[in-house]
Amino acid sequence: MMKSKLLALAISAMLLPVAGSALAQGKISGDVVKIGVLTDMSGVYSDLGGQGSVTAAEMAIADYAAQHKPKFKIEMVYADHQNKADVGSNKVREWYDTQGVDMVTDVLNSGVALAVAKVTLEKNRIMINTGAASTRLTNEDCSPNTVHYVYDTYALAQGAKAVTKAGGDTWFFLTADYAFGTSLQADASNAVIAAGGKVLGAVRHPLNASDFSSFLLQAQASKAKVVGLANAGGDTINAIKAANEFGLTKTQTIVGLLTTIIDIHALGMATTQGMMFTEGYYWNLNDDTRAFSRSYFAKMKKMPSMLQAGTYSAVTTYLKAVEAAGTDEAGAVMKKLKETPINDFFAKNGQIREDGRMVHDMYLVQVKKPAESKEPWDYYNVKAVIPGSEAYQSMALSRCPLVKK
Amino acid sequence: MSRSAHAYLGLLAFGLAAPFFIYPVLVMKILCFALFACAFNLLLGYTGLLSFGHAAFFGTAAYVAGHAIKVWGMPTELGLLTGTLASALLGWAFGSLAIRRQGIYFAMVTLALAQMMYFVFLQAPFTGGEDGLQGVPRGTLLGFIKLADDLNLYYFVLAIFVAAFWLIHRTIHSPFGQILKAIRENEARAISLGYDVAKYKLLAFVLSAALAGLAGATKMLVFKFATLTDAHWHQSGEVVLMTILGGMGTVLGPVVGSTVIVTLQNELADKVGSLVTVIMGAIFMICVLAFRRGIVGESMALYKRMMGLKT
Amino acid sequence: MTEIFGIPIQALLGQLMLGLVNGSFYAMLSLGLAVIFGMLNIINFAHGALYMMGAFLAWMGLEYLGIGYWQALLVAPLMVGIFGIAVERSMLQWLYKLDHLYGLLLTFGLALVLEGLFTNAYGVSGQPYQIPAELSGAFNLGFMFLPKYRAWVIGASLAVCFATWFMIEKTRLGANLRAATENPMLTQAFGINVPLMVMLTYGFGAALAGFAGVLAAPVIQISPLMGSHLIITVFAVVVIGGMGSILGSILTGLGLGVIEGLTRVFYPEASATVVFVIMAIVLMIRPAGLFGKEK
Repeated sequence: MMKSKLLALAISAMLLPVAGSALAQGKISGDVVKIGVLTDMSGVYSDLGGQGSVTAAEMAIADYAAQHKPKFKIEMVYADHQNKADVGSNKVREWYDTQGVDMVTDVLNSGVALAVAKVTLEKNRIMINTGAASTRLTNEDCSPNTVHYVYDTYALAQGAKAVTKAGGDTWFFLTADYAFGTSLQADASNAVIAAGGKVLGAVRHPLNASDFSSFLLQAQASKAKVVGLANAGGDTINAIKAANEFGLTKTQTIVGLLTTIIDIHALGMATTQGMMFTEGYYWNLNDDTRAFSRSYFAKMKKMPSMLQAGTYSAVTTYLKAVEAAGTDEAGAVMKKLKETPINDFFAKNGQIREDGRMVHDMYLVQVKKPAESKEPWDYYNVKAVIPGSEAYQSMALSRCPLVKK
Repeated sequence: MSRSAHAYLGLLAFGLAAPFFIYPVLVMKILCFALFACAFNLLLGYTGLLSFGHAAFFGTAAYVAGHAIKVWGMPTELGLLTGTLASALLGWAFGSLAIRRQGIYFAMVTLALAQMMYFVFLQAPFTGGEDGLQGVPRGTLLGFIKLADDLNLYYFVLAIFVAAFWLIHRTIHSPFGQILKAIRENEARAISLGYDVAKYKLLAFVLSAALAGLAGATKMLVFKFATLTDAHWHQSGEVVLMTILGGMGTVLGPVVGSTVIVTLQNELADKVGSLVTVIMGAIFMICVLAFRRGIVGESMALYKRMMGLKT
Repeated sequence: MTEIFGIPIQALLGQLMLGLVNGSFYAMLSLGLAVIFGMLNIINFAHGALYMMGAFLAWMGLEYLGIGYWQALLVAPLMVGIFGIAVERSMLQWLYKLDHLYGLLLTFGLALVLEGLFTNAYGVSGQPYQIPAELSGAFNLGFMFLPKYRAWVIGASLAVCFATWFMIEKTRLGANLRAATENPMLTQAFGINVPLMVMLTYGFGAALAGFAGVLAAPVIQISPLMGSHLIITVFAVVVIGGMGSILGSILTGLGLGVIEGLTRVFYPEASATVVFVIMAIVLMIRPAGLFGKEK
């Protein structure tokens, strides 16, 4: 008798910490606006979003509280999804169920974003995605609770269109084997063909691949004029490095379809000069962008990528919408978000459409030659401003069930 | 009523009350991993076979059940069953191959075969690769109990766990279970006694794989999601850790071990990030060096010593 | 352009060469595993982590101390070897009397600890390491560019593997080692310090892994997970080859690397699983492995 009671007691004692830890987490409250930043803190995309996004969100909250002095408290939490869709979606589910998080942002990595979009819909909160790329977020997988804020693969494909028009008319794609890569390859292929080019082939590589040599050999064998990298972050950087090692760059042009200023900084201008692609933000565009970017630089010692600048803008826009709606209930806030045009340092002529897509001007940039650069991080020549209506897929072609045609 | 039955009833009472003061999704996760560890323990603690590839069964059932429910529209119960059967079949295939080697080689073969399954899942279109199989609807139980409600699902998961645990308990205490223990103690002697050892090992392997699959399919239902993480070799390692930490060869050891590990990961993931792996590894090493009987095993030995009984 | 089975010869030879490079790593790592298993009867799960440490030490040496590649080739394996000896003395030696599975479990835990520590410090996206100036550039063979560095990797690994084989099979030290493996008590009775041999063996195996790591540093992204990507394939290689013979491990490693490379050309989807499929087949027809002797 004693033995079994003791055992039961011991096991219950073991389980008490479980109860205690969960008890400490309270129920949802209505007068605290809680924002969650879900990002990749230590993996292949950590420089594009990561700590930078967290910092940007913190800055946005601090600036908003100082300027507008709202009646509600604003809190922030953040977590590392490690580029795993299940880790991300489980974290967000827990945030919604036990921590009263109202809005989730960044969520780079399209696989994670798609999963989080589903949970957000289920729990009726809001995701303002500033990190992921796949157009599925505003098409097949659109939702009344999702806003896709900074960029998407259709906008990135405009870069491919420009390269094709400039003479690079045969393409071979090196694609990251998940939702993002698939989406980018599809949109870029369409853009290439529409501009009069041909796609000779493609090969898929695992996310965070350790060795690109065998894929690059296939790219070389295709004899395409342009090797398009449908990947991002660390993968883009490594692929470009390996391409140099194998002499691929002597006979072919390599184009990173999702390239940011962070990648150019890591690779150096000597390696990347002349590369042309679509960007969503450039710190050196005007006085407003310079002002924000320098205060960001003071904290992070790097210039912000479009994801990080976008996160600042998204958080500010959200807080404004909450204050205007008078509540943090998702439906009311989303209505305000879609009604209000956005014009800040990040977005010119910004508008959140019915399908959740935030449409704003994008930039076609080309990397300067090393001699042209006047100061650190002065990497881009802005060749053209792509107006939002052109940069993003028109609603007429939308595959989103929410859009009434 | 036997003494241990009191302990089980106490735990059952706790389990019935738990969702009212602990986050139900967390407890469901613990239950699924507890089942996974108990299934694994059947093989390690009671038959003496260390399989380092059990994640293959955990993941296979998750994907198959998810696909069955989401794409083929099977009702939830049938979907879970299909997943479990798929794992059982895989267990039969892998087991037949692995049993050809002993000891360390057995472990390495199971590890390699599981890795092969991982790559198959990575490539196969129906799994969604890196994105995973997302948005699996939870469906209904018996056609009318909506499992989308966390509380309803919780009691379903608890029922599954209790049923499977009872099955494992019966197996361990049956003549079949005795033969397994005999094989673990001294295989040569079991052979000399005329038992077809290979057949018993295979049977234990298949049963273990099937129940591990049930655990995986159930977890998939809780999170509505099957991913590569379920089939990754880290998952295989984790279940070994849970079993050893809790106490292999004891009935409740795996339950204790999995509770500790899942809770630890849940609490620490935000605070220490990648150091969680370090802590898991350290616990592993400490258990192997100084704590081989695990929490339950060491507690029981301590208790016996305190009572002045012979260990 | 010439084609074999519809594949341009340039692509074929390119993948073959990459396959040889991978095979060299398989050979070196399975050699280290075989040596350790032969002496200690322990499957060193931490082998991948030691390989990773070798690469990281080379990078850290360059980053913090300005130690170049050629010095790193000597220093990093040495440091990994010493680390290995420390592990053996402090932890592994208590497990010899127990079931061999405990050694596997301990080294698994060690692998997790090492990976976790490096991930915590450096993240998983990988650190770049420059190819040393003397080895950069490529031989233009006409049908393909052969990067000089990769040719060096193949050469260096073969040399090290051959040197290890020679030492174990043809020298007195090797003879003592083999005797200690066969019959430790008798060998001890002959006055040979068996625990010392055991310790040095683990250290040597670890150093071999570290050396492979330094070789890999310029071609692979140095990431804390680089070892675990590799180690399970190496396990399969070891099961295929059997752990009886040194030469067997080397040949199996190289052969499987080449087969993997060829698979990548003709049937790319299967390239990740081909080694495991071969393992399953070998298990069915020759369970002891191609070169193995059933212990």
